[in-house]
Amino acid sequence: MSAPEHGVDAETVRKIARLSRLHVDEDRLEPLAQELNGILGWIEQLNEVDVEGVEPMTSAVDVSAPLRADEITDGGIRDAVLANAPKKDSGFYVVPRSVE
Amino acid sequence: MFTAERVADKKDWMSGETGDWELIIGLEVHAQVASNSKLFSGAATEYGADPNTQVSLVDAGMPGMLPVINEFCVEQAVRTGLGLNAKINLFSRFDRKNYFYVDLPQGYQISQFEHPIVGEGEIEIQPEDSDAVTVGIERLHLEQDAGKSVHDLSPTETYVDLNRSGVALMEIVSKPDMRSPEEASAYVDKLRGIVRALGTCDGDMEKGNLRADVNVSVRKPGGELGTRCEIKNVNSLRFIREAIRYEARRQIEIIETGGTIDQETRLFDSVKGETRSMRSKEDAHDYRYFPDPDLLPLNLEQSFVDGIKANLPELPDARKARFIAEFGIPAYDAGVLTADKVTGDYYETAAKGRDGKIAANWVMGELFGALNKEGKDLEDSPVSAENLGGLLDRIADKTISGKIAKTVFEKMFEGGGTADDIIESEGLKQVTDMGAIEAMVQEALDANPAQVEKAKLNPKLLGFFVGQVMKASGGKANPQAVNQILREKLGL
Amino acid sequence: MSDLTQLTLESALGGMAAGDFTSEEITIAHIDACMEAADLNAFITNTFELAIDQAKASDARRAKGAVGKLEGAPLGVKDLFCTEGVKTTAASQILGDFKPPYESSVTTNMKADGMVMLGKLNLDEFAMGSSNETSSYGNVVNPWKKNEELVPGGSSGGSAAAVAADICLGATATDTGGSIRQPASFTGTVGIKPTYGRCSRFGIVAFASSLDQAGPIAKTVKDSAILLDSMAGYDPKDSTSLNVDNGDWIASCEKSIKGMRIGIPKEYTVDGMPAEIQSLWDQGVEWMKDAGAEIVPVSLPHTKYALPAYYIVAPAEASSNLARYDGMRYGARVDGENLNDTYERTRAAGFGPEVQRRIMIGTYVLSAGYYDAYYLRAQKVRTRIAEDFKNAWESCDALLTPTCPSAPFAIGRKVNDPITMYLNDIFTVTANLAGLPGISVPAALDKNGLPLGLQIIGKALDEDTVFAAAGALEKAANFTAKPEKWWT
Repeated sequence: MSAPEHGVDAETVRKIARLSRLHVDEDRLEPLAQELNGILGWIEQLNEVDVEGVEPMTSAVDVSAPLRADEITDGGIRDAVLANAPKKDSGFYVVPRSVE
Repeated sequence: MFTAERVADKKDWMSGETGDWELIIGLEVHAQVASNSKLFSGAATEYGADPNTQVSLVDAGMPGMLPVINEFCVEQAVRTGLGLNAKINLFSRFDRKNYFYVDLPQGYQISQFEHPIVGEGEIEIQPEDSDAVTVGIERLHLEQDAGKSVHDLSPTETYVDLNRSGVALMEIVSKPDMRSPEEASAYVDKLRGIVRALGTCDGDMEKGNLRADVNVSVRKPGGELGTRCEIKNVNSLRFIREAIRYEARRQIEIIETGGTIDQETRLFDSVKGETRSMRSKEDAHDYRYFPDPDLLPLNLEQSFVDGIKANLPELPDARKARFIAEFGIPAYDAGVLTADKVTGDYYETAAKGRDGKIAANWVMGELFGALNKEGKDLEDSPVSAENLGGLLDRIADKTISGKIAKTVFEKMFEGGGTADDIIESEGLKQVTDMGAIEAMVQEALDANPAQVEKAKLNPKLLGFFVGQVMKASGGKANPQAVNQILREKLGL
Repeated sequence: MSDLTQLTLESALGGMAAGDFTSEEITIAHIDACMEAADLNAFITNTFELAIDQAKASDARRAKGAVGKLEGAPLGVKDLFCTEGVKTTAASQILGDFKPPYESSVTTNMKADGMVMLGKLNLDEFAMGSSNETSSYGNVVNPWKKNEELVPGGSSGGSAAAVAADICLGATATDTGGSIRQPASFTGTVGIKPTYGRCSRFGIVAFASSLDQAGPIAKTVKDSAILLDSMAGYDPKDSTSLNVDNGDWIASCEKSIKGMRIGIPKEYTVDGMPAEIQSLWDQGVEWMKDAGAEIVPVSLPHTKYALPAYYIVAPAEASSNLARYDGMRYGARVDGENLNDTYERTRAAGFGPEVQRRIMIGTYVLSAGYYDAYYLRAQKVRTRIAEDFKNAWESCDALLTPTCPSAPFAIGRKVNDPITMYLNDIFTVTANLAGLPGISVPAALDKNGLPLGLQIIGKALDEDTVFAAAGALEKAANFTAKPEKWWT
């Protein structure tokens, strides 16, 4: 696959910010696009590396995932679970309404 | 690229203004693994606990908390894969599916995207009144469930319970091989039977432990594929059929009036019997899957898989074949009797060492009928399989007639007890004493001389006398003996 | 009694064992020093009262003959480690007043070994930074000063500054791209990032999970071995934790390196690197030779691609790891018009600019259509980098390199130039990508009187060799300089 055109524009920043759930003021979109383009442009040098047939490295640990026994060893700690909640009621987390 | 080769039976076509339409259906079934603890944490999975009491700090997405895989869940995924005649992938990996939602504490769901633990397989389904159909399995992967949002405790806020957060699910993805609502529900029913037989999922659809996302599109029979819509979280076989029917009709109407189908996710409203668009998201999803760096790849040993394989219980298809061979029952009956483990076990206990056909007729006729009438499940049947077997024995050894047996069964169903007890206490034992029967026959002949003459000319009228004798005996006379003596006496 | 804050961890442990002073005494001495050093801004949260209680408890244990590896030693904890009941911030506003109802495995180990915790040390927000300027609790000031205030490096700037200023006997730190070794180099301290998987990540606020690794910052190589020996160990709660025993690291610090083959990677000579750093490196080669090591030129051809690969992998993982900070279950929520607005305002207010920048980069490189070209390619380059090291190990046992391409710089100088800032990690990030142990040892002062470090990189799980080489380097360099205590 060929490298993408690294052309992040204000609209792309808006989309990324939305996906990242970060509020960005309108007048910050363009400057941010420039910043990101600067970094992405610098990253582009990776295209010089021949990675044909190379396996991606996802971890520095080269063993299989350890497995645990199916035992109930946790839970029953509602107070701890809710201790830092900005809002809670009757054992539930209370959050802004997620449906209309 | 998928090309739906099989064209539906004509009887499954839906007619529209512009002609007939064919339905193309695929399903994603989520089956909760029957594990004690969650996929990545040691919190319990039991249904119905108080909110947030079965939540570990891992399930709540606290900073620095890390997942560790539950071995039992891996085993059950492999077992299920074997039950689906599917390829087990010795290498699989967990990925993160990133999106924000209030019941998703980590901001991502741990799932298997690129390398699922189970690959392609297939199962055969038997829709009612149709030929058997083979449905391809695309894959099965493990993933964690989300928490639950409660919207009716406050008008302005959402309450979140994370008890389900992190519970292990097997997502079983079918190929789009189904062509009618009946095929789709037969498929889910079959899957349900398989996971229950394997013990990997309890299959309880009411609790949401097994639920389906249904993909539906329509096309002109054998023609170009249409755009599909996904109906989320349908949790009964009836709703699956209703949702598909409604959705197909909706799509046909849109296309026929010149519209196009938007690929979208829809919800089924079981009260109104209609599907509706989930509130359109402001932006398209982009889940940004990538390998979860908190987990290492899963490398299974072939011996691990072989060990599971060696201990697989008999599955519905194998059992069906065995029932046909062993009990001599028709394929259809065998299919019904092996659809789930409880029925199969019941039938097998009742039929063992007896006439399999008669046993099948009793289970599927009297028993299912009585249970249906009472709205009871087989698990709660007042007549145990052993007791039904005892009843069949009394029919076989001619202690009672088939007709009396129905009376005995009714009493067993009402008050429990064995057939022998009821036959004894109600005095229902069949009269096989030839002398006594002969006396009753003679009595009947003497009382109806005109009928005797007619019967001599027309043997079909013999039934009249049989009826008289049976009536006189209170139904207890052996009908064959009555017949035989009558024929002798009338010189037929 | 002499100033107890001047002691090394090793000598402090020895002094307490000999009954020269108590944990309470040395703890109080350090608390006093901490209070005097407030201008360094090394702490986000101090736990002095708790420390005194812990010190008394330690003295009581010692009286009964129960003595742990860190018994009674007053230490600092980077505020990325969750500590039960003690506010944990990751130097971010988004966590609000978060008090974890749990303890990280590393600090659990240290507490079990008798640690006295002085407080939670400042850092770059979510460990994202090389200067400590991204902390939302204000930047840490380097104890080393030249006309103007200098950065302590990052992200473990608070840990490095606290150890350099003698206000903690040692400190925990974490290293994702150089966050232990670079600040160690900038402050004249020793910092080791062990092999990935040595220290459990359980309870450490995650930045980039496949790269994050905890380790200590200490006054000497041997102190760092003592600390690491307590911090490291298998933890079934971390799926990437390695089920292997610690080596005999403390003893290894004094082991001869005679016959050890030290590789010198030619690619670590970079454009614009100060001549002083090159000559220090050359000096290091001489020291190793003098100690009996064999010097081997090696090549790590993909070195220059490590940093750009890192700036894909780390932000990608971070963008996902930081999704949980949404103000729903903990942390500071900023109410918006609806749920999504609440998410966006909470996160925009809670995360600083560098964190937001990295989240956006990470989101971008993972998004549909870009994954293969960015993320997947970076992971493949990562494989190449790991292969480079494997090839090098065929001809050598460890590598000697500079730790950083520069001496500590002035606060504010690079803050508006992300790439220049990122280049600080050019020599350290390779060890993270390959999962290898690396240690920075203070080696000399530059012409401005500021510390410079040299780095030893070793094979996976071969910390013994790393400690031996570092011990030899430390001995040869005989770095005894201390910053002037201008803050008292």
